[in-house]
Amino acid sequence: MCRRHNKDHEILFSRERGAFLIPYFIALLFEGIPLLHLELALGQCLRKGSIRAWNTVSPYLGGVGVGSWMVSVLVSLYYNTVLTWVMWYFINSFQEPLPWSACPLNENRTGFNEECYRSTAVNYFWYRKTLNITPNVTESGTLQWWLILCLAACWAIVYLCTIRGIETTGKAIYVTAIFPYLVLTIFLIHGLTLPGATDGLAYLFTPNLNTLKNPRVWLDAATQIFFSLSLAFGGLIAFSSYNSPKNDCEKDAVTVAIVNSMTSLYASIPVFSVLGFKATTGYWDCLDRNIISIINEFDLPEESIMRENYTAWISFLNSSHPEKIAGLKLKSCDLQEFLDQSVSGTGLVFIIFTQAIILMPGSRAWAILFFIMLFCLGLSSMFGNIEGVFTPLLELRIISKTIRKELLSGIICLICFIIALCFTLGSGSYWIDIFDSYAGTVPLLVIAFFEVIGVAYVYKIKRFSKDVKWMTGRKPNLYWQITWRFISPLLLLIVFLAFVALQIQKPSSYAAWNPKYEGFPMKEEKVYPPWVLAICVLLAVLPCVFVPLVALFNLIKQMCRSKDTSFIQPEVFSCQEANCNFCHPKESIPIVSVCKKK
Amino acid sequence: MLRVLLLTLSVVAIAHAELCKPDAQNAFKVRLSIKTALGDNAYAWDANEEYLFKAMMAFAMRRYSSKSMTQISNILLCNVTDRVSFWFVVTDSSENVTTVPGSEVEAAIRMNRNRINSAFLLSDKTLQFLKITPTLSPPVEPSTPVWLIVFGVVLCLILAGIVFLVVAGIRQRKKKNKESTERENLEEKCEVTITVENGIPCEALDLKAGHINGVFAADNERFTSL
Repeated sequence: MCRRHNKDHEILFSRERGAFLIPYFIALLFEGIPLLHLELALGQCLRKGSIRAWNTVSPYLGGVGVGSWMVSVLVSLYYNTVLTWVMWYFINSFQEPLPWSACPLNENRTGFNEECYRSTAVNYFWYRKTLNITPNVTESGTLQWWLILCLAACWAIVYLCTIRGIETTGKAIYVTAIFPYLVLTIFLIHGLTLPGATDGLAYLFTPNLNTLKNPRVWLDAATQIFFSLSLAFGGLIAFSSYNSPKNDCEKDAVTVAIVNSMTSLYASIPVFSVLGFKATTGYWDCLDRNIISIINEFDLPEESIMRENYTAWISFLNSSHPEKIAGLKLKSCDLQEFLDQSVSGTGLVFIIFTQAIILMPGSRAWAILFFIMLFCLGLSSMFGNIEGVFTPLLELRIISKTIRKELLSGIICLICFIIALCFTLGSGSYWIDIFDSYAGTVPLLVIAFFEVIGVAYVYKIKRFSKDVKWMTGRKPNLYWQITWRFISPLLLLIVFLAFVALQIQKPSSYAAWNPKYEGFPMKEEKVYPPWVLAICVLLAVLPCVFVPLVALFNLIKQMCRSKDTSFIQPEVFSCQEANCNFCHPKESIPIVSVCKKK
Repeated sequence: MLRVLLLTLSVVAIAHAELCKPDAQNAFKVRLSIKTALGDNAYAWDANEEYLFKAMMAFAMRRYSSKSMTQISNILLCNVTDRVSFWFVVTDSSENVTTVPGSEVEAAIRMNRNRINSAFLLSDKTLQFLKITPTLSPPVEPSTPVWLIVFGVVLCLILAGIVFLVVAGIRQRKKKNKESTERENLEEKCEVTITVENGIPCEALDLKAGHINGVFAADNERFTSL
């Protein structure tokens, strides 16, 4: 059983973590685990990809399969671009000193490049040297050739690992799943020895209950679960269809969820100790700069003011020479403020972490290890997405059987590469944020909602419980019954409505990197123009719209057919019969016997 | 005689005090951060170090302009603080009452910055001439960027992997095709040797019975022929 996890997405797209753990665990318990068990059981029982599986459950629910296939396609497109960025940083980590550690000089060599000087070297490398970002989303800029090269390499790697479907993916997973654990352990040990690590860990584990009042935090927890467990992508159904029918899917579901959460917690420890280290270093830098200004102004001997007696000196000097102190314009240094700098999105990895890595001794090795680990994590999620795209296509009768698997996966990878080229434009990272916020949240909620409703009320829970009993040997207990029937659909509905309400309340805005902005290096808040908003809505609606469309289509077909008297009702099937009658395309048992030599 | 000497000395001292004071014309402020640079090996700033500084400045002026006759006595230091910062001026060697223009001093220091820094075991950051910004040296850039090389290596590995897998797949398919043709050949030979189908020897079976279905064969007369 392939255990996949999507830590990469969590690390890359996570919001502030302090109090995040509480909504995360609630979402896991009432949304994540029931849905996980549902999808695993469904795939194992029906032994098909997501499109045909949902068609088998009920023809009216066929749209759910198509919807999750659509989401897999959209996510695969933009997700690999994030891996491109990771690869770009990885191949740049071989340079000594690291290219993001120092600012480049300006033309006449009298000072540093202005954009870099006003922000930081790390910001400059990310926004200018990597993305070459444009000041707003409407300006597309040009294609960045270095990103195109890395994108081609990433898609080539994905092709290499999925070339023959599950055969090669299964072997690649061994590397991409185990290696990150090794690196995380190394980072854990190193991170705990860094100064300021304990501050970061204290910050992680002391929940700031005020943040729980913000509905955005709950929303993020709920949608994060989908990415974390890869629910509603169709990939899980595809993967579990390769399991033997008598596999204990209930145990698998609980194990996967627990392993996932443990990994999440395990990963957050080095992350937060490094963040604590960075905050402490920033705080010390702030103090040191103030100390130097004071020493220079008052011509005091060096090392007369240290960090420890800084506050005593400040109060003394403020009382004796207040005008001079005021004239120095000292910055107030507060450790809590540094810890609170919650950067969300790709900034967490490419700005904060890279800055922390420069501060560590032996930074080149740490950078290389870190980016390989991120790449492995992201790659294992890509496998799931591509599998969710690949398997239904293989099974649909649209693709003729004569096309070989290698050719099909090559064609899919090529098409995705060409479409993803638009993310390598100057405005690419704005588009990725759009895709992530709209294609990666709402459709998943809607599809998961229809999945649970479909199994609980169309297929009927009693039948499903019987099927699960046939597979695992025991009937699903009260927890599963209650969550499948009531709690999960209700929770999903509430989250969906809250999301829509929040979106309507304030106009969608984004933060743009504009060197000509007065408040630079702060980002400029801009509102999306109407045509971009239309695309956002399209991204969110496109996968969901298949559910009612297919249901309507089948309803019309049914009504036409019911006028025809010779129409026979499709047989009601069960898991047991499904496994006898429907053979999995991969393991077709020859029905005709062969003459054997005695 | 003594009185004249004292008078001249005092005049000179006053003149010097006039020339060297904070923010005077052509005066530069110097700031040293010895403890930051050297830590435990830091030396104390005393009169000997000041003498060395004067000597370095005189050296810099002489090196800059070959006709300069600057002596150590032409370099005046004042306002030495505990920070280790002070002001200095360079007086004209021919007339002791005027100072050398600031631009010349600046140019001389820029030209010899390296030598001055190393005399004190300091760097541009720890020995600061406050009005003179140091020119920064560009970082070392190799001719081919390192990342291109690494990228080339990674790409070659990936392509090698793809080619290997595709070729292996083609070979496997050929082997399977060969095996299935061999099996077909064996099936033809089935009738010669004793063969078993489902545990029953082939000879006992009516082989034709499996190929033609008696139910439909009988109906042949019912259907009109093409």
